[in-house]
Amino acid sequence: MADDRKLRDDQHSLQLEPALEAESLAEKAARAMLSRRSFLSGLGAASLVAGAAPMAMAEPATAPAAVQEAPAAIAAVVVNGKRYDLAGLEPRVTLLDLLRERLYLTGTKKGCDHGQCGACTVHVNGRRVNSCLTLAVMTAGKEVTTIEGIGQPDNLHPMQAAFIEHDGYQCGYCTSGQIMSAVALMKEPVGPTDEDVKQGMAGNICRCGAYPNIIAAVQQVRGHAVNA
Amino acid sequence: MHNFTYEQPLSIAKAAGSSGKFIAGGTTLVDLMKLGVETPPALVDVTALPLDQVESLPNGGLRIGAMVRNSDLANHPEVLKSYPVLSEALLSGASPQLRNMATTGGNLLQRTRCPYFRDPVSGACNKRNPGSGCAAIEGHHRMMAILGTSEHCIATHPSDMCVAMTALDATIVIEGAKGTRSVPIGDFYKLPGDTPHIENALEAGDLITHVELPPPAGKGQVYLKLRDRASYEFALASAAVVAKVEGGHIRSVRVVMGGVGTRPWRSHEAEALLTGKPATPEHFQHAAEAALRGAKPHPENAFKVELARRCVVRALKMATA
Repeated sequence: MADDRKLRDDQHSLQLEPALEAESLAEKAARAMLSRRSFLSGLGAASLVAGAAPMAMAEPATAPAAVQEAPAAIAAVVVNGKRYDLAGLEPRVTLLDLLRERLYLTGTKKGCDHGQCGACTVHVNGRRVNSCLTLAVMTAGKEVTTIEGIGQPDNLHPMQAAFIEHDGYQCGYCTSGQIMSAVALMKEPVGPTDEDVKQGMAGNICRCGAYPNIIAAVQQVRGHAVNA
Repeated sequence: MHNFTYEQPLSIAKAAGSSGKFIAGGTTLVDLMKLGVETPPALVDVTALPLDQVESLPNGGLRIGAMVRNSDLANHPEVLKSYPVLSEALLSGASPQLRNMATTGGNLLQRTRCPYFRDPVSGACNKRNPGSGCAAIEGHHRMMAILGTSEHCIATHPSDMCVAMTALDATIVIEGAKGTRSVPIGDFYKLPGDTPHIENALEAGDLITHVELPPPAGKGQVYLKLRDRASYEFALASAAVVAKVEGGHIRSVRVVMGGVGTRPWRSHEAEALLTGKPATPEHFQHAAEAALRGAKPHPENAFKVELARRCVVRALKMATA
Protein backbone atom coordinates (compact mmCIF):
# COMPACT_ATOMS: atom_id res chain seq x y z
CA MET A 1 0.00 0.00 0.00
CA ALA A 2 1.46 3.32 -1.03
CA ASP A 3 -1.00 5.20 1.12
CA ASP A 4 0.59 4.55 4.53
CA ARG A 5 -0.66 6.83 7.23
CA LYS A 6 -0.43 7.21 10.95
CA LEU A 7 -3.34 8.06 13.18
CA ARG A 8 -3.25 11.78 13.70
CA ASP A 9 -2.71 13.12 17.20
CA ASP A 10 -6.35 14.05 17.53
CA GLN A 11 -7.28 10.57 16.48
CA HIS A 12 -5.31 9.21 19.42
CA SER A 13 -6.62 11.58 22.07
CA LEU A 14 -10.21 11.81 20.96
CA GLN A 15 -12.63 10.78 23.67
CA LEU A 16 -14.07 7.41 22.86
CA GLU A 17 -17.44 7.26 24.51
CA PRO A 18 -17.78 10.37 26.63
CA ALA A 19 -20.93 9.24 28.39
CA LEU A 20 -19.42 5.99 29.53
CA GLU A 21 -15.75 6.68 29.76
CA ALA A 22 -15.92 10.02 31.54
CA GLU A 23 -17.06 8.29 34.72
CA SER A 24 -14.77 8.99 37.61
CA LEU A 25 -12.65 6.14 38.84
CA ALA A 26 -14.67 6.03 42.05
CA GLU A 27 -17.96 5.78 40.20
CA LYS A 28 -16.57 3.09 37.99
CA ALA A 29 -15.23 1.17 40.95
CA ALA A 30 -18.56 1.41 42.75
CA ARG A 31 -20.40 0.31 39.64
CA ALA A 32 -18.22 -2.76 39.34
CA MET A 33 -18.54 -3.50 43.07
CA LEU A 34 -14.82 -3.93 43.29
CA SER A 35 -12.54 -2.94 46.11
CA ARG A 36 -10.18 -0.08 45.39
CA ARG A 37 -7.31 -2.51 45.65
CA SER A 38 -8.69 -4.98 43.14
CA PHE A 39 -9.80 -2.16 40.88
CA LEU A 40 -6.39 -0.56 40.78
CA SER A 41 -4.72 -3.90 40.28
CA GLY A 42 -6.96 -4.35 37.28
CA LEU A 43 -5.40 -1.36 35.58
CA GLY A 44 -2.32 -1.52 33.48
CA ALA A 45 0.62 0.34 34.97
CA ALA A 46 0.48 2.77 32.09
CA SER A 47 -2.99 3.92 33.12
CA LEU A 48 -1.85 4.68 36.64
CA VAL A 49 0.60 7.22 35.28
CA ALA A 50 -2.40 9.25 34.22
CA GLY A 51 -3.58 9.32 37.84
CA ALA A 52 -7.23 9.97 38.47
CA ALA A 53 -7.87 11.74 35.20
CA PRO A 54 -10.91 10.51 33.34
CA MET A 55 -10.00 7.31 31.64
CA ALA A 56 -10.74 8.63 28.21
CA MET A 57 -7.96 11.19 28.41
CA ALA A 58 -5.68 8.73 26.79
CA GLU A 59 -2.43 10.39 25.86
CA PRO A 60 -0.03 8.64 23.55
CA ALA A 61 2.02 7.98 26.70
CA THR A 62 -0.46 5.23 27.58
CA ALA A 63 0.85 3.09 24.77
CA PRO A 64 0.39 -0.64 25.16
CA ALA A 65 3.15 -1.74 27.46
CA ALA A 66 3.86 -5.14 26.08
CA VAL A 67 3.43 -5.46 22.35
CA GLN A 68 6.12 -8.03 21.94
CA GLU A 69 7.47 -10.12 19.13
CA ALA A 70 5.11 -8.74 16.51
CA PRO A 71 7.42 -7.10 14.00
CA ALA A 72 6.76 -3.39 13.54
CA ALA A 73 5.74 -4.07 9.97
CA ILE A 74 2.49 -5.73 11.02
CA ALA A 75 1.47 -3.25 13.74
CA ALA A 76 -0.80 -1.73 11.13
CA VAL A 77 -4.27 -2.48 9.92
CA VAL A 78 -5.55 -1.97 6.40
CA VAL A 79 -9.00 -0.41 6.37
CA ASN A 80 -10.72 -0.16 3.00
CA GLY A 81 -7.32 -0.33 1.31
CA LYS A 82 -5.65 2.31 3.48
CA ARG A 83 -3.01 1.39 6.00
CA TYR A 84 -3.15 2.71 9.57
CA ASP A 85 -0.38 2.40 12.12
CA LEU A 86 -1.78 0.96 15.36
CA ALA A 87 1.29 1.70 17.48
CA GLY A 88 0.28 3.76 20.48
CA LEU A 89 -3.33 2.67 20.39
CA GLU A 90 -4.68 1.54 23.75
CA PRO A 91 -5.43 -2.18 23.58
CA ARG A 92 -8.90 -1.64 25.05
CA VAL A 93 -10.06 0.22 21.93
CA THR A 94 -12.43 -1.98 19.97
CA LEU A 95 -12.33 -2.15 16.20
CA LEU A 96 -15.75 -0.48 16.19
CA ASP A 97 -14.48 2.50 18.19
CA LEU A 98 -11.35 2.73 16.05
CA LEU A 99 -13.49 2.92 12.93
CA ARG A 100 -16.06 5.37 14.22
CA GLU A 101 -14.19 7.58 16.65
CA ARG A 102 -10.70 7.70 15.16
CA LEU A 103 -11.03 7.01 11.45
CA TYR A 104 -14.43 8.75 11.25
CA LEU A 105 -15.89 5.83 9.29
CA THR A 106 -19.30 6.24 10.88
CA GLY A 107 -21.18 4.02 8.46
CA THR A 108 -20.55 1.14 10.86
CA LYS A 109 -23.05 1.48 13.70
CA LYS A 110 -22.89 0.80 17.42
CA GLY A 111 -26.06 -0.94 18.53
CA CYS A 112 -25.83 -3.20 21.58
CA ASP A 113 -21.99 -3.11 21.80
CA HIS A 114 -22.13 -6.74 23.05
CA GLY A 115 -22.25 -8.86 19.90
CA GLN A 116 -26.00 -9.37 19.99
CA CYS A 117 -27.42 -7.08 17.30
CA GLY A 118 -25.03 -7.17 14.31
CA ALA A 119 -25.17 -3.42 13.56
CA CYS A 120 -21.37 -3.27 13.84
CA THR A 121 -20.72 -6.05 11.30
CA VAL A 122 -17.59 -5.54 9.18
CA HIS A 123 -15.29 -7.89 7.28
CA VAL A 124 -11.89 -8.89 8.62
CA ASN A 125 -9.87 -10.69 5.95
CA GLY A 126 -13.11 -11.12 4.03
CA ARG A 127 -15.11 -12.70 6.86
CA ARG A 128 -17.93 -11.01 8.72
CA VAL A 129 -17.36 -10.33 12.41
CA ASN A 130 -18.80 -8.16 15.17
CA SER A 131 -16.42 -5.19 15.37
CA CYS A 132 -17.71 -4.34 18.87
CA LEU A 133 -16.18 -7.53 20.28
CA THR A 134 -12.96 -7.24 18.28
CA LEU A 135 -10.01 -5.48 19.88
CA ALA A 136 -8.44 -3.17 17.30
CA VAL A 137 -4.91 -4.27 18.21
CA MET A 138 -5.89 -7.81 17.26
CA THR A 139 -6.54 -6.71 13.67
CA ALA A 140 -2.89 -5.77 13.13
CA GLY A 141 -1.72 -7.24 9.84
CA LYS A 142 -5.29 -7.83 8.68
CA GLU A 143 -7.60 -6.22 6.15
CA VAL A 144 -10.81 -4.64 7.35
CA THR A 145 -13.65 -3.71 5.02
CA THR A 146 -16.51 -1.46 6.11
CA ILE A 147 -19.65 -0.31 4.36
CA GLU A 148 -17.64 2.67 3.03
CA GLY A 149 -15.28 0.18 1.37
CA ILE A 150 -17.80 -1.75 -0.71
CA GLY A 151 -19.58 1.05 -2.54
CA GLN A 152 -20.18 4.77 -2.89
CA PRO A 153 -23.39 6.71 -3.59
CA ASP A 154 -22.52 6.97 -7.28
CA ASN A 155 -21.16 3.44 -7.48
CA LEU A 156 -23.25 1.16 -5.29
CA HIS A 157 -22.41 -2.43 -4.50
CA PRO A 158 -25.12 -4.69 -6.00
CA MET A 159 -26.26 -5.55 -2.46
CA GLN A 160 -26.68 -1.87 -1.60
CA ALA A 161 -28.67 -1.33 -4.78
CA ALA A 162 -30.87 -4.34 -3.98
CA PHE A 163 -31.60 -3.07 -0.47
CA ILE A 164 -32.77 0.22 -1.98
CA GLU A 165 -34.82 -1.52 -4.65
CA HIS A 166 -36.55 -3.80 -2.15
CA ASP A 167 -36.91 -1.27 0.67
CA GLY A 168 -34.77 -3.41 2.96
CA TYR A 169 -34.92 -0.92 5.83
CA GLN A 170 -36.99 1.69 7.58
CA CYS A 171 -34.89 3.65 10.07
CA GLY A 172 -31.65 2.43 8.48
CA TYR A 173 -29.65 1.97 11.65
CA CYS A 174 -29.05 -1.75 11.16
CA THR A 175 -28.65 -1.44 7.39
CA SER A 176 -24.89 -1.20 7.01
CA GLY A 177 -24.50 -4.23 9.26
CA GLN A 178 -27.18 -6.08 7.31
CA ILE A 179 -25.48 -5.30 4.01
CA MET A 180 -22.00 -6.26 5.23
CA SER A 181 -23.46 -9.49 6.57
CA ALA A 182 -25.29 -10.19 3.31
CA VAL A 183 -22.19 -9.52 1.18
CA ALA A 184 -20.19 -11.99 3.29
CA LEU A 185 -23.00 -14.54 3.15
CA MET A 186 -22.55 -14.74 -0.64
CA LYS A 187 -19.25 -16.58 -0.10
CA GLU A 188 -20.48 -18.88 2.67
CA PRO A 189 -22.03 -22.36 2.42
CA VAL A 190 -25.62 -21.13 2.74
CA GLY A 191 -28.43 -23.10 1.11
CA PRO A 192 -30.69 -21.67 -1.60
CA THR A 193 -33.99 -21.14 0.24
CA ASP A 194 -35.41 -18.13 2.03
CA GLU A 195 -35.20 -20.16 5.23
CA ASP A 196 -31.46 -20.62 4.64
CA VAL A 197 -31.05 -16.87 4.21
CA LYS A 198 -33.01 -16.23 7.40
CA GLN A 199 -30.62 -18.51 9.28
CA GLY A 200 -27.63 -16.94 7.56
CA MET A 201 -28.78 -13.44 8.52
CA ALA A 202 -29.75 -14.39 12.10
CA GLY A 203 -26.92 -12.34 13.54
CA ASN A 204 -28.43 -9.07 12.31
CA ILE A 205 -31.43 -7.72 14.17
CA CYS A 206 -33.82 -5.23 12.53
CA ARG A 207 -36.18 -3.70 15.05
CA CYS A 208 -38.23 -2.08 12.30
CA GLY A 209 -38.97 -5.59 11.06
CA ALA A 210 -37.87 -5.17 7.44
CA TYR A 211 -36.91 -8.83 7.27
CA PRO A 212 -39.06 -9.90 4.28
CA ASN A 213 -37.60 -7.08 2.19
CA ILE A 214 -34.06 -7.83 3.37
CA ILE A 215 -34.48 -11.46 2.34
CA ALA A 216 -35.85 -10.36 -1.02
CA ALA A 217 -32.82 -8.13 -1.58
CA VAL A 218 -30.34 -10.82 -0.60
CA GLN A 219 -32.06 -13.45 -2.75
CA GLN A 220 -32.12 -11.14 -5.75
CA VAL A 221 -28.37 -10.64 -5.56
CA ARG A 222 -27.84 -14.38 -5.07
CA GLY A 223 -29.97 -15.03 -8.13
CA HIS A 224 -32.54 -17.13 -6.30
CA ALA A 225 -36.26 -16.66 -6.70
CA VAL A 226 -38.02 -15.32 -3.63
CA ASN A 227 -40.51 -17.91 -2.46
CA ALA A 228 -41.97 -15.85 0.32
CA MET B 1 -13.57 -0.99 29.60
CA HIS B 2 -10.65 -0.93 32.04
CA ASN B 3 -7.21 -0.83 30.48
CA PHE B 4 -4.79 -3.73 30.27
CA THR B 5 -1.52 -4.72 28.69
CA TYR B 6 -1.49 -6.71 25.48
CA GLU B 7 0.95 -9.08 23.92
CA GLN B 8 0.83 -11.54 21.06
CA PRO B 9 3.25 -14.45 21.44
CA LEU B 10 4.03 -16.39 18.29
CA SER B 11 4.98 -19.73 19.85
CA ILE B 12 3.15 -22.12 22.17
CA ALA B 13 6.21 -22.23 24.42
CA LYS B 14 6.07 -18.45 24.88
CA ALA B 15 2.31 -18.43 25.52
CA ALA B 16 1.91 -21.40 27.88
CA GLY B 17 2.66 -20.53 31.48
CA SER B 18 1.82 -16.88 30.97
CA SER B 19 0.34 -15.07 33.93
CA GLY B 20 -1.91 -13.05 31.62
CA LYS B 21 -5.38 -14.01 30.49
CA PHE B 22 -5.56 -15.70 27.11
CA ILE B 23 -7.78 -14.11 24.48
CA ALA B 24 -8.75 -15.77 21.20
CA GLY B 25 -12.06 -14.88 19.52
CA GLY B 26 -12.93 -12.56 22.39
CA THR B 27 -16.65 -13.16 22.01
CA THR B 28 -17.06 -14.05 25.69
CA LEU B 29 -14.11 -12.25 27.23
CA VAL B 30 -14.49 -8.81 25.63
CA ASP B 31 -18.22 -8.92 26.39
CA LEU B 32 -17.53 -9.70 30.07
CA MET B 33 -14.79 -7.05 30.23
CA LYS B 34 -17.26 -4.44 29.01
CA LEU B 35 -19.68 -5.56 31.73
CA GLY B 36 -16.96 -5.28 34.38
CA VAL B 37 -17.23 -9.00 35.18
CA GLU B 38 -13.73 -9.70 33.92
CA THR B 39 -10.94 -7.21 34.68
CA PRO B 40 -7.72 -8.88 33.57
CA PRO B 41 -4.63 -6.66 33.93
CA ALA B 42 -2.91 -8.42 31.03
CA LEU B 43 -4.22 -10.08 27.87
CA VAL B 44 -2.23 -12.63 25.90
CA ASP B 45 -3.49 -12.94 22.34
CA VAL B 46 -3.15 -16.58 21.28
CA THR B 47 -4.61 -16.21 17.79
CA ALA B 48 -1.19 -16.11 16.11
CA LEU B 49 -0.19 -19.51 17.52
CA PRO B 50 0.11 -22.33 14.96
CA LEU B 51 -3.06 -24.04 16.20
CA ASP B 52 -5.50 -23.39 13.36
CA GLN B 53 -5.43 -26.77 11.63
CA VAL B 54 -7.75 -29.78 11.59
CA GLU B 55 -5.75 -32.97 11.02
CA SER B 56 -6.68 -36.63 10.68
CA LEU B 57 -5.01 -38.92 13.21
CA PRO B 58 -3.41 -42.29 12.32
CA ASN B 59 -6.07 -44.08 14.44
CA GLY B 60 -8.84 -42.57 12.31
CA GLY B 61 -9.61 -39.80 14.77
CA LEU B 62 -9.37 -36.05 14.36
CA ARG B 63 -7.08 -33.47 15.93
CA ILE B 64 -8.54 -29.98 16.09
CA GLY B 65 -6.34 -26.98 16.81
CA ALA B 66 -7.57 -24.74 19.61
CA MET B 67 -7.61 -21.72 17.27
CA VAL B 68 -9.84 -23.32 14.63
CA ARG B 69 -12.85 -21.04 14.29
CA ASN B 70 -16.30 -22.45 14.98
CA SER B 71 -17.50 -21.77 11.42
CA ASP B 72 -14.45 -23.49 9.90
CA LEU B 73 -14.86 -26.52 12.15
CA ALA B 74 -18.60 -26.78 11.43
CA ASN B 75 -17.95 -26.77 7.68
CA HIS B 76 -14.84 -28.94 7.64
CA PRO B 77 -15.36 -31.88 5.22
CA GLU B 78 -14.19 -34.50 7.73
CA VAL B 79 -16.46 -33.10 10.45
CA LEU B 80 -19.44 -33.00 8.09
CA LYS B 81 -18.74 -36.58 7.01
CA SER B 82 -17.77 -38.37 10.23
CA TYR B 83 -18.84 -36.09 13.09
CA PRO B 84 -22.08 -34.45 11.92
CA VAL B 85 -23.30 -34.05 15.51
CA LEU B 86 -20.44 -31.60 16.06
CA SER B 87 -21.26 -29.62 12.95
CA GLU B 88 -24.96 -29.46 13.89
CA ALA B 89 -24.14 -28.31 17.42
CA LEU B 90 -21.75 -25.59 16.23
CA LEU B 91 -24.18 -24.27 13.62
CA SER B 92 -26.99 -24.16 16.17
CA GLY B 93 -25.02 -21.77 18.35
CA ALA B 94 -24.57 -18.00 18.24
CA SER B 95 -24.61 -16.10 14.92
CA PRO B 96 -22.54 -16.39 11.73
CA GLN B 97 -20.44 -13.41 12.82
CA LEU B 98 -19.72 -14.87 16.26
CA ARG B 99 -18.96 -18.29 14.77
CA ASN B 100 -16.38 -16.62 12.51
CA MET B 101 -14.70 -15.24 15.62
CA ALA B 102 -15.16 -17.92 18.30
CA THR B 103 -12.53 -20.66 18.52
CA THR B 104 -12.55 -24.30 19.56
CA GLY B 105 -10.45 -23.63 22.64
CA GLY B 106 -12.43 -20.54 23.55
CA ASN B 107 -15.77 -22.31 23.24
CA LEU B 108 -14.58 -24.92 25.73
CA LEU B 109 -14.18 -22.05 28.20
CA GLN B 110 -17.39 -20.18 27.37
CA ARG B 111 -18.88 -18.67 30.54
CA THR B 112 -22.43 -19.05 31.77
CA ARG B 113 -25.19 -16.69 30.66
CA CYS B 114 -26.64 -16.47 34.19
CA PRO B 115 -27.83 -12.84 34.40
CA TYR B 116 -26.56 -12.48 37.96
CA PHE B 117 -23.09 -13.64 36.93
CA ARG B 118 -23.13 -11.09 34.10
CA ASP B 119 -24.21 -8.18 36.30
CA PRO B 120 -21.68 -7.04 38.90
CA VAL B 121 -24.05 -4.38 40.24
CA SER B 122 -27.17 -6.22 41.33
CA GLY B 123 -27.27 -9.61 42.91
CA ALA B 124 -24.87 -12.01 44.51
CA CYS B 125 -22.94 -14.60 42.54
CA ASN B 126 -20.60 -17.20 44.00
CA LYS B 127 -19.05 -17.77 40.60
CA ARG B 128 -18.15 -14.12 40.07
CA ASN B 129 -17.57 -13.21 43.71
CA PRO B 130 -16.99 -16.35 45.82
CA GLY B 131 -18.87 -16.33 49.12
CA SER B 132 -21.37 -13.66 48.09
CA GLY B 133 -24.26 -16.07 47.60
CA CYS B 134 -26.46 -17.04 44.66
CA ALA B 135 -29.15 -14.57 43.64
CA ALA B 136 -30.52 -16.93 40.99
CA ILE B 137 -31.86 -19.56 43.40
CA GLU B 138 -34.43 -17.13 44.81
CA GLY B 139 -34.46 -14.89 41.73
CA HIS B 140 -35.09 -15.30 38.03
CA HIS B 141 -33.95 -18.78 37.13
CA ARG B 142 -36.01 -19.86 34.16
CA MET B 143 -32.86 -20.52 32.07
CA MET B 144 -30.92 -22.13 34.91
CA ALA B 145 -29.72 -25.69 35.37
CA ILE B 146 -31.68 -28.57 36.86
CA LEU B 147 -28.82 -31.10 36.95
CA GLY B 148 -25.52 -30.85 38.78
CA THR B 149 -26.57 -27.81 40.78
CA SER B 150 -25.65 -27.03 44.36
CA GLU B 151 -26.96 -24.65 47.01
CA HIS B 152 -24.19 -22.30 45.88
CA CYS B 153 -24.78 -22.18 42.11
CA ILE B 154 -27.38 -23.22 39.55
CA ALA B 155 -25.76 -21.62 36.49
CA THR B 156 -26.18 -23.47 33.20
CA HIS B 157 -23.24 -24.41 31.02
CA PRO B 158 -24.10 -22.51 27.80
CA SER B 159 -22.13 -24.27 25.07
CA ASP B 160 -23.63 -26.40 22.30
CA MET B 161 -20.24 -27.48 20.96
CA CYS B 162 -19.18 -28.97 24.29
CA VAL B 163 -22.32 -31.13 24.44
CA ALA B 164 -21.44 -32.66 21.07
CA MET B 165 -17.76 -32.94 22.03
CA THR B 166 -18.81 -34.89 25.15
CA ALA B 167 -20.98 -37.22 23.07
CA LEU B 168 -17.95 -37.78 20.83
CA ASP B 169 -15.74 -38.56 23.84
CA ALA B 170 -13.28 -35.76 23.07
CA THR B 171 -9.95 -35.35 24.80
CA ILE B 172 -8.56 -31.92 25.62
CA VAL B 173 -4.81 -31.45 25.11
CA ILE B 174 -3.25 -28.92 27.43
CA GLU B 175 0.18 -27.30 27.51
CA GLY B 176 1.10 -26.33 31.04
CA ALA B 177 3.89 -25.80 33.51
CA LYS B 178 4.40 -29.56 33.80
CA GLY B 179 4.42 -30.14 30.04
CA THR B 180 1.72 -31.58 27.82
CA ARG B 181 -1.22 -33.51 29.25
CA SER B 182 -4.55 -34.83 28.00
CA VAL B 183 -7.80 -34.61 29.93
CA PRO B 184 -10.95 -36.49 28.82
CA ILE B 185 -13.76 -33.97 28.43
CA GLY B 186 -15.76 -35.94 30.99
CA ASP B 187 -13.16 -35.00 33.61
CA PHE B 188 -12.59 -31.45 32.37
CA TYR B 189 -15.65 -29.67 33.76
CA LYS B 190 -16.15 -29.41 37.52
CA LEU B 191 -19.46 -29.50 39.33
CA PRO B 192 -20.10 -26.22 41.16
CA GLY B 193 -20.32 -27.76 44.66
CA ASP B 194 -19.15 -25.12 47.10
CA THR B 195 -16.55 -23.75 44.66
CA PRO B 196 -18.57 -22.60 41.62
CA HIS B 197 -15.75 -20.24 40.60
CA ILE B 198 -13.62 -23.31 39.76
CA GLU B 199 -15.14 -24.43 36.48
CA ASN B 200 -12.62 -26.82 34.94
CA ALA B 201 -9.37 -28.73 35.31
CA LEU B 202 -7.14 -25.93 34.01
CA GLU B 203 -4.42 -24.63 36.28
CA ALA B 204 -2.72 -21.24 36.16
CA GLY B 205 -0.92 -20.73 32.86
CA ASP B 206 -2.49 -23.79 31.21
CA LEU B 207 -3.13 -23.38 27.50
CA ILE B 208 -5.56 -25.59 25.57
CA THR B 209 -3.75 -26.47 22.34
CA HIS B 210 -5.95 -29.15 20.73
CA VAL B 211 -9.07 -31.22 21.01
CA GLU B 212 -8.78 -34.82 19.86
CA LEU B 213 -11.71 -36.91 18.74
CA PRO B 214 -11.58 -40.70 18.62
CA PRO B 215 -12.80 -42.42 15.46
CA PRO B 216 -16.57 -41.91 15.25
CA ALA B 217 -18.38 -44.39 17.52
CA GLY B 218 -21.47 -44.56 15.37
CA LYS B 219 -23.16 -43.22 12.28
CA GLY B 220 -26.34 -42.33 14.13
CA GLN B 221 -25.58 -38.80 15.25
CA VAL B 222 -27.99 -36.04 16.17
CA TYR B 223 -27.87 -32.70 17.93
CA LEU B 224 -31.35 -31.53 18.82
CA LYS B 225 -31.68 -28.07 20.36
CA LEU B 226 -34.89 -26.64 21.82
CA ARG B 227 -35.06 -22.92 22.53
CA ASP B 228 -37.30 -19.88 22.78
CA ARG B 229 -36.70 -18.82 19.17
CA ALA B 230 -35.49 -20.70 16.13
CA SER B 231 -32.02 -19.19 15.88
CA TYR B 232 -29.40 -17.16 17.74
CA GLU B 233 -30.55 -18.32 21.17
CA PHE B 234 -29.22 -20.49 23.95
CA ALA B 235 -30.73 -23.91 24.59
CA LEU B 236 -33.54 -24.49 27.06
CA ALA B 237 -32.73 -28.14 26.54
CA SER B 238 -30.64 -29.96 23.98
CA ALA B 239 -29.46 -33.50 23.38
CA ALA B 240 -26.49 -34.94 21.54
CA VAL B 241 -26.79 -38.63 20.70
CA VAL B 242 -24.15 -40.81 19.04
CA ALA B 243 -25.47 -44.31 18.46
CA LYS B 244 -24.45 -47.50 16.70
CA VAL B 245 -27.42 -49.66 15.75
CA GLU B 246 -27.13 -53.20 14.34
CA GLY B 247 -30.09 -55.39 13.48
CA GLY B 248 -32.46 -53.07 15.28
CA HIS B 249 -30.43 -53.26 18.51
CA ILE B 250 -28.38 -50.49 20.04
CA ARG B 251 -24.77 -51.69 20.16
CA SER B 252 -23.40 -48.52 21.72
CA VAL B 253 -24.77 -45.11 22.53
CA ARG B 254 -23.79 -41.85 24.18
CA VAL B 255 -26.44 -39.49 25.49
CA VAL B 256 -25.46 -35.97 26.53
CA MET B 257 -27.75 -33.08 27.43
CA GLY B 258 -27.18 -29.35 27.11
CA GLY B 259 -29.05 -26.37 28.52
CA VAL B 260 -30.02 -28.27 31.67
CA GLY B 261 -26.74 -28.97 33.45
CA THR B 262 -24.05 -27.03 35.24
CA ARG B 263 -21.74 -28.77 32.80
CA PRO B 264 -22.38 -30.74 29.60
CA TRP B 265 -24.51 -33.52 31.09
CA ARG B 266 -23.73 -37.06 30.02
CA SER B 267 -26.22 -39.66 31.24
CA HIS B 268 -24.45 -42.94 31.91
CA GLU B 269 -27.77 -44.17 33.35
CA ALA B 270 -29.57 -43.69 30.06
CA GLU B 271 -26.70 -45.25 28.11
CA ALA B 272 -26.69 -48.36 30.35
CA LEU B 273 -30.45 -48.83 29.89
CA LEU B 274 -30.15 -48.55 26.10
CA THR B 275 -27.04 -50.61 25.35
CA GLY B 276 -27.93 -53.99 23.86
CA LYS B 277 -31.64 -53.17 23.79
CA PRO B 278 -33.94 -52.86 20.77
CA ALA B 279 -34.17 -49.31 19.43
CA THR B 280 -37.80 -48.84 20.42
CA PRO B 281 -39.78 -45.88 21.80
CA GLU B 282 -40.36 -47.79 25.02
CA HIS B 283 -36.64 -48.04 25.73
CA PHE B 284 -36.11 -44.42 24.71
CA GLN B 285 -38.72 -43.39 27.29
CA HIS B 286 -37.10 -45.41 30.07
CA ALA B 287 -33.69 -44.01 29.21
CA ALA B 288 -34.89 -40.42 29.12
CA GLU B 289 -36.65 -40.81 32.46
CA ALA B 290 -33.43 -42.15 33.94
CA ALA B 291 -31.49 -39.23 32.48
CA LEU B 292 -33.69 -36.74 34.32
CA ARG B 293 -34.19 -38.71 37.54
CA GLY B 294 -31.77 -36.59 39.54
CA ALA B 295 -33.18 -33.27 38.34
CA LYS B 296 -33.68 -30.55 40.95
CA PRO B 297 -35.87 -27.91 39.35
CA HIS B 298 -36.81 -24.54 40.78
CA PRO B 299 -40.26 -22.96 40.30
CA GLU B 300 -39.48 -21.12 37.05
CA ASN B 301 -37.51 -23.89 35.36
CA ALA B 302 -39.56 -26.94 36.37
CA PHE B 303 -40.72 -27.17 32.74
CA LYS B 304 -37.19 -28.14 31.74
CA VAL B 305 -37.55 -31.61 33.24
CA GLU B 306 -40.29 -32.61 30.82
CA LEU B 307 -38.77 -30.61 27.95
CA ALA B 308 -35.39 -32.31 28.34
CA ARG B 309 -37.00 -35.73 28.71
CA ARG B 310 -38.87 -35.32 25.43
CA CYS B 311 -35.77 -33.85 23.81
CA VAL B 312 -33.78 -36.98 24.66
CA VAL B 313 -36.56 -39.29 23.40
CA ARG B 314 -36.78 -37.44 20.11
CA ALA B 315 -33.02 -37.28 19.63
CA LEU B 316 -32.75 -41.03 20.27
CA LYS B 317 -35.51 -41.67 17.75
CA MET B 318 -33.74 -39.52 15.14
CA ALA B 319 -30.28 -40.98 15.78
CA THR B 320 -31.46 -44.59 15.53
CA ALA B 321 -33.84 -44.19 12.61
